[in-house]
Amino acid sequence: MLRFILRFLLLFNRQGKLRLQKWFVPTSDRERKKVIRDMIMLVLPRQPRTCNFLRWKDLKIVYKRYASLYFCAGLEEQDNELLALEVLHRYVELLDKYFGNVCELDIIFNFEKAYFILDEFLMGGEVLETSKFAVNVSMEQADTLQEMMGVCCRI
Amino acid sequence: MSPSVPLQEMIRAIRSARTQCEERGVIQRECAAIRAQFRQTDNGGRSHNLAKLLYVHMLGYPAHFGQMECVRMIASPRYSEKRVGYLGAMMLLDEKQDASLLITNSIKNDLSHSNQYVQSLALCTLACMGSAEMCRDLAPEIDRLLRSSNSYIKKKAALCAVHIVRKVHDLGELFVPSARSLLSEKNHGVLHGAVVLITELCERSPETLERFRKTVPDLVQIMKGLVISGYSPDHDVAGVSDPFLQVRILRLLRILGRNNEAASDAMNDLLAQVATNTDSTKTVGNAVLYETVLTVLDIKSESGLRVLAVNILGRFLLNNDRNIRYIAMTSLQKIVSTDHNAVQRHRGTIVDCLKDQDASVKRRALELSLALVSASNIRSMMKELLIFLSSCPPELRAQAASGIFNAAERYAPSKRWHIDTILHVLTTAGGDVRDETVPNLIQLITNTSELHCYTVHKLYRALFTDISQQPLVQVACWCIGEYGDLLLKGECQETEAVQVTEDDVLDALEIVLQSHMSTPTTRGFALTATMKLSTRITDNVDRIRSIVSIYGSCIDVELQQRAVEYNALFKKYDHMRAAVLERMPVIQKNSLGQTNGELSEEPMKESQPGKVKQEETALPPQPAGQVVDLLDLLGGSQEPLQPGSSVGGSASTQLTAAPSSAGGDLLDLLGGFEPTPLAPAPTVTVYEKNGVTLTLSCEQQSESGLTVTLTASNSTDSDISGFTLQAAVPKSVQLQMRAPSRDSLPAHGGAKLTQLVVLNNPNKVNLKMRIRVSYTCQGSVVQDMVQVDSFPGL
Repeated sequence: MLRFILRFLLLFNRQGKLRLQKWFVPTSDRERKKVIRDMIMLVLPRQPRTCNFLRWKDLKIVYKRYASLYFCAGLEEQDNELLALEVLHRYVELLDKYFGNVCELDIIFNFEKAYFILDEFLMGGEVLETSKFAVNVSMEQADTLQEMMGVCCRI
Repeated sequence: MSPSVPLQEMIRAIRSARTQCEERGVIQRECAAIRAQFRQTDNGGRSHNLAKLLYVHMLGYPAHFGQMECVRMIASPRYSEKRVGYLGAMMLLDEKQDASLLITNSIKNDLSHSNQYVQSLALCTLACMGSAEMCRDLAPEIDRLLRSSNSYIKKKAALCAVHIVRKVHDLGELFVPSARSLLSEKNHGVLHGAVVLITELCERSPETLERFRKTVPDLVQIMKGLVISGYSPDHDVAGVSDPFLQVRILRLLRILGRNNEAASDAMNDLLAQVATNTDSTKTVGNAVLYETVLTVLDIKSESGLRVLAVNILGRFLLNNDRNIRYIAMTSLQKIVSTDHNAVQRHRGTIVDCLKDQDASVKRRALELSLALVSASNIRSMMKELLIFLSSCPPELRAQAASGIFNAAERYAPSKRWHIDTILHVLTTAGGDVRDETVPNLIQLITNTSELHCYTVHKLYRALFTDISQQPLVQVACWCIGEYGDLLLKGECQETEAVQVTEDDVLDALEIVLQSHMSTPTTRGFALTATMKLSTRITDNVDRIRSIVSIYGSCIDVELQQRAVEYNALFKKYDHMRAAVLERMPVIQKNSLGQTNGELSEEPMKESQPGKVKQEETALPPQPAGQVVDLLDLLGGSQEPLQPGSSVGGSASTQLTAAPSSAGGDLLDLLGGFEPTPLAPAPTVTVYEKNGVTLTLSCEQQSESGLTVTLTASNSTDSDISGFTLQAAVPKSVQLQMRAPSRDSLPAHGGAKLTQLVVLNNPNKVNLKMRIRVSYTCQGSVVQDMVQVDSFPGL
């Protein structure tokens, strides 16, 4: 009865190049490659204005295209697909706020930041923080800490 | 070694590579540099190097040599290095790697770090890839953090606890008190985490679920606050206040209200309020409404609320947004059996969705439409479904065709309508129907004797329209063969009769025989049909004879065999021809289904529910197209078993009513309650018929082991050959049949046949055995069955 909201989140572009992969369930390297391949093959040929939901094996796949990037999430059987769309949208908004008019290049050259933002928003496959501002504030503060490059004092 | 370039320069270099080969070259150089850097002691660019490696990893290149570097970085005192180190750990390590154990200590230390961002890194990584041991180790620490005063840490600790509970179920108990107290938090992040944690705990343990039921009023309060509160810029999404939290609370309420009247009552008003007040113009509002509907339908809600929920789904069906329509249909599908009438109200909209452009929506609409077919709407629904079938995408055809057949079978208002519908499907989607359609249809036609004339006329016409649809052609050939005389009579009540001559009919069949599009099976049908006509027509028998003899040298072995046999029928057995080729008897649907399901060749060790079910649904007999069985006249050789009269009746109804459970338990059901009288004599005659006698004796070998000896003898005037015995026993008994002493029984009891059967009855169940006797005598095959309820000497 495992009920993760998300099993994985993938970002890839129209050429099938992967830009971000987050796995919320232990998955072996081989399985990951297979899932990525399958998702790309499932999502890329989809026509615009079709349903954003697909079925793949025992999962529901929710995807949305933002400019040149596809955001693709794999959900469990009982999950709420409409909410998943909102989750994807919220992530895009967070990226947009952080990078300012985010585009694919931002995510390519600053991929680790994209991960850090994701980690402030989702954790263990669940939504961690529901407020946009709180996420941005955390990111700013963490970045400041990083820039200081100081040795953090230990207890 | 060339100095490694910073991350972004490397990315630029990789991207500017024009070919895959060039890219590989760049990456190999970089990886070599990175490896060298890892080996050096601390330098300022460590985090850059690891980040480069992670980028390369994302492109799909191997990066396992970075695992130890991650471990080192995590242990570094610098935040920048820790950050990348933990990221690397989440990307490169999983619980199966040995290196992951090495970071346990670092995580432990960082969990109590003074800086919350360091703590958060540890929490995040633990929640991402923490193994069961790590979780056990660190659970108390997480519980402590759940009680801290820092909201930032609390919300992360909550989701970390969720991960721990998923990994190690027993640890759930540990978090129950903290979870409970977190519900009074104001911070949405913490509240959300608390709700998720409580949901997880409740799903894992029914006792915990009971305890948390008391929180329903609190949850209702929180929810109310969200729904009627004013605009809160922090959490607002298109007019809905914190939809993520709302959905999670609704989900928790669903779990708490399931199967519990009191809890369901407590949330009734709230759900009605959410359902009516939530703005449904944007996706986000619909997401909340959707979750509300799911909750209402799952708990013990009052009927008014249920109707409200179904109406919301009905509104969704009319929404312009495809996603919403898709969701609506998925949900309606789930409730179509329980709230059938409510869903029926929206049938019109659902049927309209069959015409949607989107394939996913079409598929859902098809499934739902098929579920909504009933006796009252069968005609109109079928019209729509047939229209759909003619224009539907190929991947849905098979499903549509079989759905139509099922619906037609269950609700056909008249036989003629039924036959017409099936013919329509065969003409539109003949290539996609399942194999058993042909025998099913043939059985249906045979049983509708009043429509034989009509059917054969229709099929004859259909044959000329399209000769490529194999199932249709097969049925048409069969009918022409069977009812050709009606065709030739030239008169028909229901439809315009065709005026054909015998030559025309034979021409048609010959076209089928010679067409490139006909499969071997179809040719077989056509040949048999031609043969059958030899008794139904008067003038052109010679033509038939010549056709048949031509195929005597056909390359296809099956056809050749048939042709040769038919030739023989003409020459040597002409006196039998009329009898052999006469009209097929009306097929008894039930008896054949039972016989097929009852008999089993081997002892039924495991239940075969699938097998029995399949044979029951594929009720029809072997169609006459398989000539070899012409002589094995249907219904003559296999007698359904009649054990005790009291039990037999109930057993057979049980067989038809519950096929899925009947498989393995058939023998347990039959005759299981009759007392078994102990037979005094050591041998007992169990079967005596047509001069064949079968006796049985048994000997107890051990506590549960038993040897049964079956002896057969033949007292008739002719030899018996191919004598075989098959036995079946109740499920828990093990059976082993030894080789028989011989397989023929000479006449006048010249020799006896013995066969040993070794049984093992560990559960000491009431021992019964069913024996099937099969032999050939005077050229005809005889099969019979006998049930042994009492074993002598037991």
